[in-house]
Amino acid sequence: MKATSSLRLENKPRKKIHWKSYIPLYLLALPALIYLLINNYLPLYGMQIAFRELDFSGSIFSGKFVWFDNFKFLFATDNAWIMTRNTVLYNLLFIVVGTVFSVAVTILFNEIMSKKIAKFYQSAVLIPYFISMVIVGYLVFAFLSSDNGFINHSILKPLGIDPISWYSEPKYWPFILLFIHTWKAMGYNLMFYTARIITISKDYYEAAKIDGATKWQQIRHITLPLLKPVIILTTILAIGRIFYSDFGLFYQVPMNSGALYDVTTTIDTYSFRALMNLGDITMSTATGVYQSVVGFILILIANAVIKKISKEDSLF
Amino acid sequence: MIENKDKRWSVAGHFIMIILSVLAIAPFILLLMSSITDEGTALQNGYSFFPQKFSLDAYSYIATQWGLIGRGYLVSIFVTIVGTFVGVSISAMLAYTLSKHDLPGRGLLMFLLTFTMLFNGGLTSTYIVYTQIFHIKDTIFGLLLPNLLMNAYFVIMFKNYFEHTLPGALVESARIDGATEFKIFYKIAVPLSVPMFVTVGMTSALSYWNDWTNGMYYLSTNSNIQSIQTLLNNINENIKFLQQNNVGTTVTTADLPSVTVRMAIAVVGVLPMLLLFPLFQRWFVNGATEGAVKE
Repeated sequence: MKATSSLRLENKPRKKIHWKSYIPLYLLALPALIYLLINNYLPLYGMQIAFRELDFSGSIFSGKFVWFDNFKFLFATDNAWIMTRNTVLYNLLFIVVGTVFSVAVTILFNEIMSKKIAKFYQSAVLIPYFISMVIVGYLVFAFLSSDNGFINHSILKPLGIDPISWYSEPKYWPFILLFIHTWKAMGYNLMFYTARIITISKDYYEAAKIDGATKWQQIRHITLPLLKPVIILTTILAIGRIFYSDFGLFYQVPMNSGALYDVTTTIDTYSFRALMNLGDITMSTATGVYQSVVGFILILIANAVIKKISKEDSLF
Repeated sequence: MIENKDKRWSVAGHFIMIILSVLAIAPFILLLMSSITDEGTALQNGYSFFPQKFSLDAYSYIATQWGLIGRGYLVSIFVTIVGTFVGVSISAMLAYTLSKHDLPGRGLLMFLLTFTMLFNGGLTSTYIVYTQIFHIKDTIFGLLLPNLLMNAYFVIMFKNYFEHTLPGALVESARIDGATEFKIFYKIAVPLSVPMFVTVGMTSALSYWNDWTNGMYYLSTNSNIQSIQTLLNNINENIKFLQQNNVGTTVTTADLPSVTVRMAIAVVGVLPMLLLFPLFQRWFVNGATEGAVKE
C-alpha cells in the first residue's frame, strides 16, 4: 500500500494525463453504481423510520424521533424472542442436517459405476432447485391439504388413521420445513460437493488401495479430510447468515397459516407481516434494523474466522 | 478410478439416488395427475397418483382464462429477458472497471460494492424507498428493479473472470492501437467471457422467472402486469384468506378455482421450467463449480 502511494506521488505529473483515460472506466461503472445507490444505499437512509414515531398525517419521514422506543416495544413482546429463536434454530438445523446429508449422499453418489445413470439421477434431484417457492407451496398443498390431500386420503385413511389437519398442527412443521428445505437444495448441494470430490487426486485412493484400505477407510481418511476445508467454509458462511431466513420457505410452504406462527415465524416473515398485514411500518423497519445490525456483526465475525483459517477464502 | 469402485458401494449409491430421484419427481406427477382428475373424484378421494376418473375440465377452464394467464406469461418473459440483459450488462461493466487495479478510487468502489453483501436496509426501508421516493408501485419497474437487477456476487464473479482470463497483452496492444476502454470491453472482454455471461445470466434469469415477492409487494391484486408467479401467489393468498376468515368475507369459494383447476394452473406455471431445465442444467453445474465468491 505504502509503496504504491509513494509511487503515485512521484508520477504526479503523468497522472494528470492518465485521468482522462480513466473516464470511460468510470462511465462503465456508473449504471451499476446508480442501481446500488437506489437499491442498497437509499434504504439505509430509510432505516431512520425505525427510530421515529408513526405519523399518519404527514409524510413517512416526518414522525417524531423516539429513538429506541420502537425497539423497546418490539422486545417487550414474545414476538422478538419467537422469531429470533425460530430463525436461529432452523438455520442450525439446516446447517447440521443439510451438511451431513449432502456429504453422505455425494460420497455414495460418486461410487455409482454407471456414469450415464448417475447423470440421470443428478438431473432428477436438481429439478426442485429450479422451481419457485410458490410452486413448492402448491406441491406441498397437494400432499397435506386437510380436505383433498394425498396423505390424509391415500395414506392415513387406508391405515385407519384419522385425518390430520396439517396446516393447524404446529408440532409437525419443524420436520416438514426441514424436509422441504433439504428436498429443494439437494440437487444443488450434490453438484457443489461433487465438484469438490472430483478434484481429489485418484493417486491417493490408489495408494490407499495398494495398502489394503477398505472403502470406508478411504472415505474416512482421504475424502472427508479433503472435504473438510470446504465444509468448514460453507458452515461458517452459513453461520454468518444465521439471522436471515428463506422467506419463501417460511411463508409459502405453511400457507401463512396463523395456527402455525409459533413454529414458522422467522425474522423475515414477521417483518413482512408487520408491514403488509398490520401496516405497522415502524415495527417492521425496527425488525429489519435488528436483523441487519446483528446479521452484520455475525458476518464480520464469520469473515474474521475464515480469514484466520484460510485467507484466500475470506469474503473481503 | 473405475477399478477402485466397489460393487456394494455402487449399489448403495443407486439405492439412495433412486429414493431421492423419486422424491424429487413424484410431487410433480401428483400435481399433474391432480390437474387431470375429474372434479368430483378429486373432492371425494382427494389428490391421487392414480385417479379413478380423468377429466380435462380444469384445462378447458384455464383456456377460457387464457387472457389472464397468457398475459402473465408475456410479463414473465419480458421481465426475465429485460431484467437479465440489463442486470448482466451493468454488472459486467462495473466488473470490468474494478478489474483495473490501477484505477484511482478503485478501493472506494470495491468497498461500496462489498458493503452491500454485508449490510442492507431490510425489507421495509427498501419498500418505502421504492414506493415513496420512486413510486414504482403498479409499474413494470416494481417487478424489474427491487433486489433482482444485479448484486455484488454477479460483479465479483465477472471481475474474477476478467482478472484471470483476459490476456493482458491483447488488451495492452489494443490500447496502444488507440482503442477506447469501451471498445476493449465490448470487443475483447465480452467475447472472451461468454461462459461467465451465460452462468450469471442463467442465475439472474432463474431468479426473475421464479420471483413472486416483488409482485406481492409492488403490484396491487388487480394490476394487469402480474407475472405468472404473481398470479399463482394471488390464488394462494385467496385460499389462505378463506381458510383464516371463514365467516363474513368478501372472497367466496365461487371466486376460487376449484380443487383441480388450482393444480392445473400450477402445472401451467411450472411446465416451461421442467421442459427447459435439461437445457439449462449444464450451466448451473458450471456455476456451482465456480466455488465461493470473494473479492
